[in-house]
Amino acid sequence: MPKQTFRLNGRTVTVDVHPDVRVLWVLRDLLGVTGPKYGCGINVCKACTSHVNGRGFNPCAVRVGDLAADDEVTTIEGLAGTVDEDLHPMQQAWLDRDVAQCGYCQPGQIMAAVALVRKVRREQREIEDADLDSIRNICRCGTYVRIREAIEQGARAMA
Amino acid sequence: MSAVHRPLDPEAVAPPGVDRRSFVGYVLGGTTLVAAADLALGAEPAAAVPTVPQPAELYDLNDLLTDAARPTANLIRIELHEDGTASFALPRSENGQGVTTSTAMLIAEELDLPLDKVRVTLADARPELLFNQLTGGSNTTISTYTPVRVAAAVARGALLDAAAVLLGDEVAKLVAKGGIVQGPSGTASYGDLARAAASRTDRTVRVRLKDPSRFRVVGTGQGRVDARDAVTGRKTFATDLQVDGALPTMVCRAPTLNGEPRRLRNEAEVLALPGVTDVAVLPFGVAVRAETFGQCIDAVRAMKVDWRDGPVAGMSDDDVVRELRRAQLPLPALPNTPLSRTVETDVLCYFRSNSAMDTNSAIADVREDRAEIWSALKSPIAAQQRIAEVLGLPQDRVDVHVVQGGGSFGRRLFFDGALEAAQVSRAMGKPVKLMWHRADDARVGRGHPMCTSRVRAVVVGKKVVAFQQSHTSIETDYRHGLGELITATAASLPTGLGNLGFAETIFALTQEVPYDFGVVTQTLTETDDRFNTGSMRNIYSPDVRAAGELTVDKIATVVKEDPYEFRRRHLRDERTRAVLEKVAEVGDWGRAMPAGTAQGIAIHKEYKGASACLVELDCRDVQTGRDIRDGVGGPRVTRVTFAVDVGLPVNPRGLEAQMQGGIMDGIALALTSSMHLRDGHFLEASWDNYFYTRQWNVPPEVEVIVMPPTTGVPGGAGEAGVAASFAAVACAYARATGRSPSYFPVNHRDPVEFSVKPYVPPVPPSPVNGLKKIV
Ligand code: FES
Ligand code: FES
Repeated sequence: MPKQTFRLNGRTVTVDVHPDVRVLWVLRDLLGVTGPKYGCGINVCKACTSHVNGRGFNPCAVRVGDLAADDEVTTIEGLAGTVDEDLHPMQQAWLDRDVAQCGYCQPGQIMAAVALVRKVRREQREIEDADLDSIRNICRCGTYVRIREAIEQGARAMA
Repeated sequence: MSAVHRPLDPEAVAPPGVDRRSFVGYVLGGTTLVAAADLALGAEPAAAVPTVPQPAELYDLNDLLTDAARPTANLIRIELHEDGTASFALPRSENGQGVTTSTAMLIAEELDLPLDKVRVTLADARPELLFNQLTGGSNTTISTYTPVRVAAAVARGALLDAAAVLLGDEVAKLVAKGGIVQGPSGTASYGDLARAAASRTDRTVRVRLKDPSRFRVVGTGQGRVDARDAVTGRKTFATDLQVDGALPTMVCRAPTLNGEPRRLRNEAEVLALPGVTDVAVLPFGVAVRAETFGQCIDAVRAMKVDWRDGPVAGMSDDDVVRELRRAQLPLPALPNTPLSRTVETDVLCYFRSNSAMDTNSAIADVREDRAEIWSALKSPIAAQQRIAEVLGLPQDRVDVHVVQGGGSFGRRLFFDGALEAAQVSRAMGKPVKLMWHRADDARVGRGHPMCTSRVRAVVVGKKVVAFQQSHTSIETDYRHGLGELITATAASLPTGLGNLGFAETIFALTQEVPYDFGVVTQTLTETDDRFNTGSMRNIYSPDVRAAGELTVDKIATVVKEDPYEFRRRHLRDERTRAVLEKVAEVGDWGRAMPAGTAQGIAIHKEYKGASACLVELDCRDVQTGRDIRDGVGGPRVTRVTFAVDVGLPVNPRGLEAQMQGGIMDGIALALTSSMHLRDGHFLEASWDNYFYTRQWNVPPEVEVIVMPPTTGVPGGAGEAGVAASFAAVACAYARATGRSPSYFPVNHRDPVEFSVKPYVPPVPPSPVNGLKKIV
């Protein structure tokens, strides 16, 4: 079996798997990293949202073979580590607003929120309502209102 | 007709000399302290039934769920540990509704222990509890409020007794606070006392519960106990569990709803695919087990299967509508005088999906002589019975572990995933982790049946003299234990109700018209059991209430009254009137609105509580003309004011979250979310097909008001937000557009906004372009 190598939450990992397998399943089924959730498998629901090299991506839609050995994948499990804290400011905002209900979509929501804040910062602006409206992550528990509040709080706290 | 109220304060009806806060509990034998209480404690016997009020006013679904527990009483237990924590296995299921948090609060309150020292887990199936391990009807807190507190009070008492011995002080001189007992001679922590307070034998004790006026935890807003796990990715759902050998497993399903496989033509080819370990043909489809779910998806797509058509092959929405129209009973004759005016409403609600984010899933390890199941189950005993029956095992050889679910909305009252997993594991002779693909969960998973709701009201002068509502629905499946529960309780139901079928009983026990409208009747007719249905969040109420409240608006127009004032004047129940007045005041009812926008107001009364919703809806082009990629914009709710009175809010913060979720559901039901049946199958196979509320539909302003305690006992919360919200949006739509909708959601007959995914293969391919779509 071919070996696939990439960086995951700060460590280099090598997995014996067919290069065609999507990253989501390498994470969940082979590496036991279950923070990124399955909600559709076709890049629609955004429950699996994670980061690659600091940008938001959906591992259900990427072949593991398409990752380079130095591509840095960050899942919800590794988010706090990127700021050397127990919690990333966005996670703290999520706690402060008590956003989660069942919690299933929330790892993806938080990762998408961080990516969105970074994106608007790159565009040298701040989060606006239109940005919040553009978030595609589903929450079937309907926590959207608190998600919006938490993103605004988390964005303020993000360096 | 006069309203019949339940007594507001249960203590007020106690016969003189009887202490309503005094209960019997148990200290059970163990190495550390184990306190217990009967799960059937504290259920108020239902009131006697006079003939005039509607059944739900006097004896509702929650009385039935609570009464059903009575004859099958059994113990729930709280254990104290040497690390100073208390643990409790709740015989209910948590799917996001917050019952683990509210239960931990009750224990923390009565035990005088900090909330973070209370651990609430979910109990395995406990067959001895019979009907008392069913999570539904928003009944958890209603039915467990007293027993949980009694067990905690027993534990506290035993700790104080042990502390008295240890410290050499009298119990009366001791104070328990924050997990520490303080006395004149010193202090001892609960951890120190856990062993000393243990009993070698079981003994009965009488305890007195805390006076609610002394509550410090109950009634305060608390964050969810599992919030940190949720935001760090540590919270585990069924598919996150690692069980030895339980490899990913998926099912290839038929191109028509509930079709069956005849044979797999290319088994060898499928088995040769990378990662695949096993294939099995079962009545519901062809299962495949592989190293990863991705490889299961590829294998499902590669399968060449001959299918037998399902029972609704060839049918489309319009066929079902015709069937419903045929099943409708004529509305009874109404008083007809020259001065009377008749107001009519006839709405059709299309099929809707209760698919959660976490699809139907379960782990099963079935051996020759035993089976073990892990799944998010709201009726674990029914699941255990059925799985044992299908596997031909004695019920006590099937261990059923209840796992946290990623949402339920009624879906997890059934155990479709667990039953399938058990059958697949048996067929393959190996443990499996079975997960439904989203496409199946959306198309084949259970949903809310299509229905019509007809209302006719007769108005004489300014008075409503009759109001009748006839609800006709595709059959709602209750074969998940609620059925047995009703059978078991039928004898004790108020006169006449015991003779109704399950569905009619549920309907009669949940629906009521809380207005003073003269002669009121509400009836249910159900037809056709070929669809995969279940009780979606709040069962009949959202549809029934939307049709009812649209009618109330029409009546108000006929009598030339303001819709709010008209409701206020006719409400029979003070709590409902109070929430209505609250939203009108806070939400600025009656403020001037531009053309194309409008307010809508509605109420709902159920789950021993009352709610009211005031929305503002914008139907102008600025909203409906929005260009949203792969999504539906449509009219946008721009402001929501919602008030809820649940009697006693245990956790107002959790309740607010529940109401916000219910509001999102109500918006979706009114405006965007439905299933289209076309040629024997539903079209919607993804979240970009089935339009549950998305961020672009979310109202910019949402305010939820939790009313202060009114009855002193908690009512249900899990579903209470939906009905009034749906109805308020429906009423706002009618007022903004000048047309009272005749079907819901209002966009159902628009051309579908997506390209329909194929049925063969039944699941879409996994994309490969994710690195091009980086944000
Ligand atoms: S599972 Fe990846 S976007 Fe839905
Ligand atoms: S919190 Fe349940 S799906 Fe979002």
